[in-house]
Amino acid sequence: MVLNYSQPLEISNLTSWLDSTLRGNLSEFWALLIEFVLVAVVLLTAYAVIALILIYAERKITAFFQARYGPNRVGKWGLLQSVADMVKILLKEIVRINRSDRFLFFAAPFFMIIASMLTFGAIAFGKGLHAIDFNIGVLYVTAVSSLGIIGVLLAGWSSNNKYSMIGAMRSGAQFVSYELSAGFALMTIVVLAGTMQFSTMIEGQRYCWNIFNGHISSIIAFVIYLISGHAETNRGPFDLPEAESELTAGYHTEYSGLQFGFYYLAEYLNMFIIASIATTVFLGGYMPIQVHGWDGFNQIMAYIPTYVWFFGKTAVLIFLSLWVRWSFPRLRIDQLLNLEWKYLLPINLVNLLLMVILVLTGFTLTGLFPGLF
Amino acid sequence: MENIKKLILNTVKEAVIEEKQKLTVTVAYDKLHQLAKALYDNVELPFDVLVYLIGMDRGEELGVNYLLCSSKDLSKEIVLKTGTADRENPLLYSVTDLYETAHYNEREVFALLGIRFINNPDMRKFFLNADWVGYPLRKDYDPNPELNPVSIESKEIVDIAPRVMETADGKLVEDTVNIFGDDDYIINIGPQHPSTHGVMHFRTALDGEIVKKIDVHSGYIHRGIEKLSESLTYPQILHFTDRLDYLSANINRHGLCMAVEKAAEIEVPERAQYIRVIMDELTRIDSHLLAWSAMTNDLGATTAFIYGMREREIILDIFDKTCGGRLIINQNVIGGVMFDIYSEFQKDVKAFIPYMREKLKEYDRFFSHNVIALGRMIHIGKMSKEAAISYAVTGPAGRGSGWSCDIRKHIPYSLYNKVEFKEIIRTEGDSYARYLNRLDEIEESLHIIEQLIDNIPDGDVCAKVKPIIRLPEGEYYQRVEAAKGEFGVYIESRGEKNPYRLKFRSPSMALVSAMPLICKGEKISDFIGIGGSMDYVIPDIDR
Repeated sequence: MVLNYSQPLEISNLTSWLDSTLRGNLSEFWALLIEFVLVAVVLLTAYAVIALILIYAERKITAFFQARYGPNRVGKWGLLQSVADMVKILLKEIVRINRSDRFLFFAAPFFMIIASMLTFGAIAFGKGLHAIDFNIGVLYVTAVSSLGIIGVLLAGWSSNNKYSMIGAMRSGAQFVSYELSAGFALMTIVVLAGTMQFSTMIEGQRYCWNIFNGHISSIIAFVIYLISGHAETNRGPFDLPEAESELTAGYHTEYSGLQFGFYYLAEYLNMFIIASIATTVFLGGYMPIQVHGWDGFNQIMAYIPTYVWFFGKTAVLIFLSLWVRWSFPRLRIDQLLNLEWKYLLPINLVNLLLMVILVLTGFTLTGLFPGLF
Repeated sequence: MENIKKLILNTVKEAVIEEKQKLTVTVAYDKLHQLAKALYDNVELPFDVLVYLIGMDRGEELGVNYLLCSSKDLSKEIVLKTGTADRENPLLYSVTDLYETAHYNEREVFALLGIRFINNPDMRKFFLNADWVGYPLRKDYDPNPELNPVSIESKEIVDIAPRVMETADGKLVEDTVNIFGDDDYIINIGPQHPSTHGVMHFRTALDGEIVKKIDVHSGYIHRGIEKLSESLTYPQILHFTDRLDYLSANINRHGLCMAVEKAAEIEVPERAQYIRVIMDELTRIDSHLLAWSAMTNDLGATTAFIYGMREREIILDIFDKTCGGRLIINQNVIGGVMFDIYSEFQKDVKAFIPYMREKLKEYDRFFSHNVIALGRMIHIGKMSKEAAISYAVTGPAGRGSGWSCDIRKHIPYSLYNKVEFKEIIRTEGDSYARYLNRLDEIEESLHIIEQLIDNIPDGDVCAKVKPIIRLPEGEYYQRVEAAKGEFGVYIESRGEKNPYRLKFRSPSMALVSAMPLICKGEKISDFIGIGGSMDYVIPDIDR
């Protein structure tokens, strides 16, 4: 079924115009090269800008949770605060640590930031705003995002600091554990959607988001994914690797300046990445809310550009994550591992089986009410 | 107490018993342990709490005063005195086998007076470095700065403790003991660490995440307040009390004021008493709020921390309007209080009481029943009642272990026998009991304030006091209930305008001394949480 609602505000209009102009004037090689460079620049800029916005948003939202004002001195409502912070962090001295493993010490932040950038590239921000669309997108994202842990472990190991070491070891145990849960939760939905490609998955959720389609099983998977995704970002209540009140700053205790900035940036971006994958897989990604047969309504919804839908849904999930972070105390390492290995993982395995049964017996919403969804 | 006197004379025939402010018994140094043991084992009224251990240079001899009391009734007190004339190598017998709290106190006495204690298992100097020249509290101490120059070199910490042990046949052997094993994985928690609540240094041996052993190093902010006091007049010393446990500044000051007032027989006006008690209880709420906040922060809940601060701000504002001070309010002076309350005081306090009650409910909803918080507090850091008594852990922490140790109930001072309030006691002895005790004590404090706030009598706020106060010769003790436990003042006067010896008993020192016991075998993150639940303040220890 082809749907041609007019979508005047889409960026894909601009990109397809650019593509055709370039191809009309240049050979295919040069046209592609220029496009690749443009995409890279846009992605990198978006990476930094989103991080800055997130930092500002977190500080402001936290402030409201905590009955404070938050940043309100630099710029109107403190809007320029994170820009000022960024400039500060760029100017700061990178401190050399005595008796640290210098090569690994410098290499570690790059692992962290590269892993999160690689994942960032695979996110579908909107219709046509999708840098790489593998047919194994889900697998790719799971694989690449778990590279970041190498950066954390290396940082802890090379810093020659016992606090860093404890933080890194905690982080290793935590990451390996929760990666499992996150992976299984995504797999549950892959069973439902029948594809690992993000674009196909989103298209499949036009009338019925995956979270509703697989009802019980999907909702369980969604909750587990949010918990384990939150744990993977090392943010409270799962912030044991940093555990400010115990380990001062955990694995990045010894880092300063831009190197610390990399960890900081990656932390915020990971939060965004987890939320956006959850959006894509469970909440229909950039797809506007559409109802079968309500053409007028669908048209109105389609006027709102897809990237707005995407960022809107992601923002809701990020807000959830902030809410949790600033409400709960920190778990202890054994409680953390208990939660994963004794509760989440068994539930997950059963849930995966349940989803397979639902799909095979046709008890999904689309299976039950084919005309409606 | 007649039975006790008999018991003392039966145990040590030559003991000299005097009836001073407290029943005072002087014995030779080799008989002290025997006497303490007999008092400790007394079934009817066991003297099993060592409240003070005061080392002092009496001029002709170096001695120690022990104030013992019974855990069943804190008002039954007895003072033991002993000493040695040997100034070169003074040796006394340790009482650490009876009272664990004596351990750090004896080390402190060694650092400041040079008295070593036979059979104390670890006779390193507390507060001072091992290479400090001279013993500051001796009257012949040479304070020349060239003897102890300020060094900017970092010094390696030596984990070897000297000690003097008595063998079975009565010989004294000097040997050393290693604090840690050879291949222990030791991390330094402190002196600069976000959760030590000050400059405290815990050398912690870890087995993975599990705490194997803790060694406490203290003294990073030792200011020698007791030594300084010996050359100042009493009104001048008042200011030091605020700088001990700065969170119960007003209560500490109340303690010293009462000690001096009793000694100099100054009658404090009724109005001043009311103001003092109301301020004390506000201070207690303030301190408990901060303790609650800091503990939640130690457990990783930053938002709860800010909530506690928000309520605390209102109290600080009331202090501010009363006398200009916020943290350290400088309100109590000898003879009364410095400033009268402002006209809106009663209105502000009365508005605060229901507000605080509302917020206590919010704390309960927000944190007290949070499933993660419960997992981090219940059955964590267990301290038995026996341990609490032996380590002399008082305050909310001691009462969390089931020990009724509220000075306000046992030895009522000021107006505390006129007001009605409950002593909060829980028997679990874990972090959660200590945590809940604080919140419940806030409620009790509000209740006390409620009873007083409308009945403040008219009149003076300060008695007429001479600018220079000379206390008659004697020994004066005063114990008060500070927010963290029992705070004590001991003044020995020789009729001068400044004290001959002044000693503060700090509640936090007892709290910290119990940390190695209750943290053993817990995870490193719980060590931080337990520290929060004990709620010690470092300047109070270091003095």
